[in-house]
Amino acid sequence: MSDVLAPADEAGVAAAVAEAARAGEPLAVEGRGTKRAMLRPVQAARTLSLRNLSGITLYRPQELILSARAGTPLAEIEAALAEHGQQVVAEPPVLAAIFGGGQGPSIGGLVATNLSGPRRITAGAMRDHVMGIRAVNGLGEAFHNGGRVLKNVTGLDLCKLLTGAHGTLGVLTEVTLKVLPAAERSGTLAIAVPDLETGVRALSAGLGSPYGVNGAALLAGEAPRALLRIEEFSESVAYRLGRLREALERFGDAAVIEDVESRELWRGIREAEPLAAQPEDAVWRVSVQPTAGPGVVAAAGLPRALLDWGGGLVWLAGPATADSHRRVMGAARTAGGSFTLFRAPEPLRAAVPVLPEEGKVLAAIRERIRAVMDPKGILSPGRMYAG
Amino acid sequence: MIDLPAPKPDVLARRDEILAGLRALLPGDGVITEPARVKPYETDGLSAYRQPPLAVALPRTTEEVAAILGFCHRNGVRVVPRGAGTSLSGGALPLADSVVLGLMRMNRIIEVDYANRLAVVEAGVTNLGITNHIAADGFFYAPDPSSQLACMIGGNVGMNSGGAHCLKYGVTANNLLGLKAVTVEGEIVELGGRHLDAAGYDWLGLLTGSEGQLAVVTEVTVRILHAPEGQRAMLAAFKGTEIAGAAVDAIIGSGIIPVALEFMDRPCIHACEAFAHAGYPLDAEAMLIIEVEGSVEEQDMLLGKLKEICSRFDPISLKVAQTVEESMAIWKGRKGAFGAVGRISPDYLCMDGTIPTGELPHVLRRIGEMSAEYGLQVANVFHAGDGNLHPLIMFDANDAESFRRAEAFGADILKLCVEVGGCLTGEHGVGVEKRDLMPVQFTPFELDQMRALKSAFDPQWLLNPAKVFPLEGNPVLRQAA
Repeated sequence: MSDVLAPADEAGVAAAVAEAARAGEPLAVEGRGTKRAMLRPVQAARTLSLRNLSGITLYRPQELILSARAGTPLAEIEAALAEHGQQVVAEPPVLAAIFGGGQGPSIGGLVATNLSGPRRITAGAMRDHVMGIRAVNGLGEAFHNGGRVLKNVTGLDLCKLLTGAHGTLGVLTEVTLKVLPAAERSGTLAIAVPDLETGVRALSAGLGSPYGVNGAALLAGEAPRALLRIEEFSESVAYRLGRLREALERFGDAAVIEDVESRELWRGIREAEPLAAQPEDAVWRVSVQPTAGPGVVAAAGLPRALLDWGGGLVWLAGPATADSHRRVMGAARTAGGSFTLFRAPEPLRAAVPVLPEEGKVLAAIRERIRAVMDPKGILSPGRMYAG
Repeated sequence: MIDLPAPKPDVLARRDEILAGLRALLPGDGVITEPARVKPYETDGLSAYRQPPLAVALPRTTEEVAAILGFCHRNGVRVVPRGAGTSLSGGALPLADSVVLGLMRMNRIIEVDYANRLAVVEAGVTNLGITNHIAADGFFYAPDPSSQLACMIGGNVGMNSGGAHCLKYGVTANNLLGLKAVTVEGEIVELGGRHLDAAGYDWLGLLTGSEGQLAVVTEVTVRILHAPEGQRAMLAAFKGTEIAGAAVDAIIGSGIIPVALEFMDRPCIHACEAFAHAGYPLDAEAMLIIEVEGSVEEQDMLLGKLKEICSRFDPISLKVAQTVEESMAIWKGRKGAFGAVGRISPDYLCMDGTIPTGELPHVLRRIGEMSAEYGLQVANVFHAGDGNLHPLIMFDANDAESFRRAEAFGADILKLCVEVGGCLTGEHGVGVEKRDLMPVQFTPFELDQMRALKSAFDPQWLLNPAKVFPLEGNPVLRQAA
């Protein structure tokens, strides 16, 4: 275990980063450390943990706005929102099935990794609901971007630049999210489909209907099932599932899964539990246009798969080898999409590109931006790209 | 008035050579230089500012855009990208030594893919043009700025445009999958694609709303949605703005997110009613238009709940549309608000701050006081669900003193928005209009960091310079001024 710095406030974070910049000593930036095994291993002797920057700093249910320090546990935020019947819109995952138990992720870690659950398909990703940030750049200089209102186009959108930047470019110290009311009721239509292609057609038909489907997953395996979720007022859930059933029965036998069971089903999908990744497996996430999902599963040739986002999010699990990884990269490229080597033993994730390589022009811009935000290269170096 | 940097003498001196170079790249009528034909490009929706450019270039392909940008880059020529020129913040205002790069000839809808719910369109396709193209199949493109008949998707990306329905459907950034763009050097890049959440840095998100500072967008892949079964509106009028604000809080607190939730104050109600005869209650201090979606039964259920909530706030008038026609009548006045104000005043400035919705009564009271201090009338329309305020300040452009006071009044309103926890612009962009107010919202260091990011894309500040960032403290432009 490397040395851990865990300052208690933003000034402490700024001081720690400024000191590291002066010394030229890299830091592995983390929230509560639940996703250390994601992407490439960071080349840093010390860890900068945000776990002591914790607590909700502003919550205005009527304004649909919540701010919290970066290390605040997701569970704490979800509990506060639930008291007012609200929720984190993007349905972010905990990923205990992928990365093990622990204390659960921080909100800052979820923003830094831009991880979203099933609701992403219609309601947007984490990045779509980050209204404001406070952060510290690689020289230890604190700044804010965005704000605490729902519509803001003032200046460059550094909220988007830092969301999904995995602790590079800047250390998030506080985030402000747009939140929304949680639906009164959940319901799911499950359709037994003959194959994945038919399953995606059923999901596309549901997502292309007027009924507001906000979860669309496909369980692979011997007996594939297409799952379509409605979250609405009770009257609407019953009505819309009925209409969907009429429209989609042509794809296979359909059954309705009611409220409590439906919620548990989608919690599992959010956590990629149906993927049933084995402890020794590597895990990939591939994002493609939905109709390309089944082709990615076939081309990757791995033993375990799960499709979400209408078929466009393909979870894959299988042998943690360079050969598996080459096939996944090839499948994503052929489909015009993107991949993430989500979990793998350290030697594999250190040796291969864990994200698609960017072209020459974007890679050059990336380096110039890094020279602005983190000129000493001390914030989680190597996490996303080698070198 | 806002200062613009002095033209680059070397560019003006080489004018003929530069124009010849552009003409060689765009044969035919692709380069416009005659003063009469350049005239329509000398301003945009912020018509108080005018400046003819060196020339207007109208490419038809991404490759032509790349060729022009490469040429201008090699020759140190500034470039001002332009869609339909509907910017209310002066985002497309030319500089005297600039080439306006107009994208209106790139107006093809390249592909619609219903199975993947996306459309690939060129930057010069109008916002409403996308929806019109797919409406017969039941689909629509969600962001709906009030200029949607004219404004172009490339400009929407540049400004991250919103609209009346973004409380439910999000703004432009939330409805994009991919961009094709050209860097200042003339390199073509593709950002995102046809899939969600491309891994790596969110270049797509950074470019959206960057006001043409980082690159020129030529092609856009948008998400399209199936339309709901139907929608219907109701009108609720109240005795005070505080009361209407409390009703908005109660609606959001009930768990209902209406697809639109519009607020109008007394001057706006009167202007709209005189113009549209929509049947608005003239004795009300504030009025809400609330719209819901779904089947007829679902609309009835939601409107019933909303009516019950509003009735707790002692309304003067509650009118639930029973038919699509009645719904359109309720919207008629609101949709004509800008025209209505234009009828009672020779000119108006449309402001665009956002505030925390709880601050609405306080902000409207202060705006009323300022209106008296400046001696200028103001009408307020407001996207109440998301806090985006549009005060319309009425003035006379033929009277320089009236315009000066209107600008000062607008600046005071925007400073107030920041003071109460909001921001300078919710959906119109900074442009030139709010450029010099940026230090109200950002520290000098924050502005410097943003300028450095701009420089990472455009080291010589050739792309839409003199917008967004104050000239003072600018590493490149200040020397030129």
